[in-house]
Amino acid sequence: MLFGEIIKMAWSSLGANKLRSVLTMLGITIGVFSVISVMTAIGALQYSIENGISFLGSNIFQFAKYPANVSASGDVQEKFRNRHNISYKEALHYYRLMEGEAREICLKSFGYEVKGQAVYNGVKTTPSLLIVGTNRSFLTANAYTLGYGRNLTDEDVDLSRRAIVVGKIIEKRLFPHETPIGKVVRVSGHTYTIVGVLAEKGTAFGQSQDDLVIMPITRFFEDYGEAKRTVNIATQAFRQDTYNRTFDRGIGAMRIARGLRPEQPNDFEIYSNDSLKSAFVSVVGYVRVGAFVISFIALVAAGIGIMNIMLVSVTERTKEIGVRKSIGARSRDILRQFLTEAVFISEAGGVLGIILGIIVGDMLAAWLKMDLIFPYGWAIAGLLVCSAIGIGFGLYPAYRAANLDPIEALRYE
Amino acid sequence: METRNSIRPRGPVVIDIENITKDYVMGEEVVHALRGVTLQIHRNEYIAIMGPSGSGKSTLMNMLGCLDTPTSGRYEFNGKNVAEMDDDELAAVRNREIGFVFQTFNLLPRSTSLRNVELPLIYAGIEPERRLERATQVLTDVGLGDRIHHKPNELSGGQRQRVAIARALVNGPSIVLADEPTGNLDSKTGEEIMDLLEHLYERGNTIILVTHERDIAAHARRTVHLRDGLIEMDHAGFIPELDLPIAEITST
Repeated sequence: MLFGEIIKMAWSSLGANKLRSVLTMLGITIGVFSVISVMTAIGALQYSIENGISFLGSNIFQFAKYPANVSASGDVQEKFRNRHNISYKEALHYYRLMEGEAREICLKSFGYEVKGQAVYNGVKTTPSLLIVGTNRSFLTANAYTLGYGRNLTDEDVDLSRRAIVVGKIIEKRLFPHETPIGKVVRVSGHTYTIVGVLAEKGTAFGQSQDDLVIMPITRFFEDYGEAKRTVNIATQAFRQDTYNRTFDRGIGAMRIARGLRPEQPNDFEIYSNDSLKSAFVSVVGYVRVGAFVISFIALVAAGIGIMNIMLVSVTERTKEIGVRKSIGARSRDILRQFLTEAVFISEAGGVLGIILGIIVGDMLAAWLKMDLIFPYGWAIAGLLVCSAIGIGFGLYPAYRAANLDPIEALRYE
Repeated sequence: METRNSIRPRGPVVIDIENITKDYVMGEEVVHALRGVTLQIHRNEYIAIMGPSGSGKSTLMNMLGCLDTPTSGRYEFNGKNVAEMDDDELAAVRNREIGFVFQTFNLLPRSTSLRNVELPLIYAGIEPERRLERATQVLTDVGLGDRIHHKPNELSGGQRQRVAIARALVNGPSIVLADEPTGNLDSKTGEEIMDLLEHLYERGNTIILVTHERDIAAHARRTVHLRDGLIEMDHAGFIPELDLPIAEITST
């Protein structure tokens, strides 16, 4: 029997039960959609990271108390929490040891718990500004550029001046028609003079990077307290080829600053673009496995749905099978017909799932300002898996249909 | 012009059955549906198989239609031993050599007349152009040339049975096996269908009619009576007195 005829027959039988076919198909669609959308988004994310996005500025490494992904279970977190904070004193010690060895050394402390809200002339920003105490190296170390005005200076830090550099969002909100330079604003109950405005950086992973206020780290400690804060230290090497040497010296200097004996392990985390990338990749790995497991379960459920509907269909069409056999259909003709229907449902669901998955995954990628991708590998894998499901779960019903006794089947009402 | 009861010169043997039996197991009991039937049917015969329900009529029909194989005995169809055929070979015989006409028509409800008639050709692996041509031709022959794109529910009972007959004829079968072909039709339409079968017979087809209605069986040139799984009587023509007790007929 011709393949085209089998397809035609499958199409017309499925068309006779449109709603049922579509509902059965949707099960597959959901399973395929979940895996394809996640894989598309992750693929886009990974592509962006491998091709450009840097977490840190170039040739930079950073020391901090907590590791990049604080997602691990209880004990591990305990270990990090029990470390003592990197104090400003230790940070300064490191700074002195490394002076002349590095282009920039940025000390920074974040006021995550401070409700950062800037007020000028009765106009307020949202209370979600990030307050950062730091020094002049913050811009380079975090890949910001100055829009206009001036950067923080060493003198600002030494004298703990009430000088701040603000992100673009604050400028847009509070100073739509005038220059903010030299203006005095209140931030979280303290008054500061704006000395500079950062150039717009946009969003990264869905978060704005332009809603921050940076001030001298000394001022930050005076206004918001020093006791429970830890300082992050970013160090930029002079050149790419001296990066490794600077990196080694930095670790040595940090150990001295922390007062570690030679046999003690590092009690701080070291971030570099490489380590952040690999941390990211490991998180991505978990997400992938998760998406995979969920999709697998959904697809098995959908496969059982197909099997169920095909069994119902075989029973309903017993008479038809009898007629077909009486006019010369062989068992394998019937088998192929029903198997084709199952694969048809499965594939149609799969194609829909792939299309929707790629659209949604890429929409997510677009929202995160990443390059869009078409995950060919996953799409092809999806189609193959759908065929396998169609065949796997359609085989038993098709086999039942093929082996009906023609006399019994003809007699069936 | 021949008369109903005249006997034509006999053609070659199409169906040659010798002493076939068929047993069914129903629960713990074995039912002997056929107890040893011997029958020869020649090309271009018009034969009616009659008998009350439970006589083995249906079993014999299934056997003749190659839907079933005998428990014992010999069955040759066009010289080939059917009893030894596997399912695929039986399907091929049903496809090419046998045209079924059922009481309930048994058309595929969602397919057009054309599509229904094409079906045996599809299973025979005929290419689309020849299929279309042949199916259209046969539908025109049974008087449905203007109904080829209608679905069964758009046709009258008589028209549906004509489609079924067209489907039975489309592969040029050796026999047409009609099982109570007028059972679901009113008597006028039934007569039309019988006229069509008569016409097919005139054109050289071999027709086997399975029925319990004497009026219908009267169209055949030969009648076989079954009772309790055995052939009770096999004679040329039709004996109207058959509803008399058997003893009276045999004594005359």
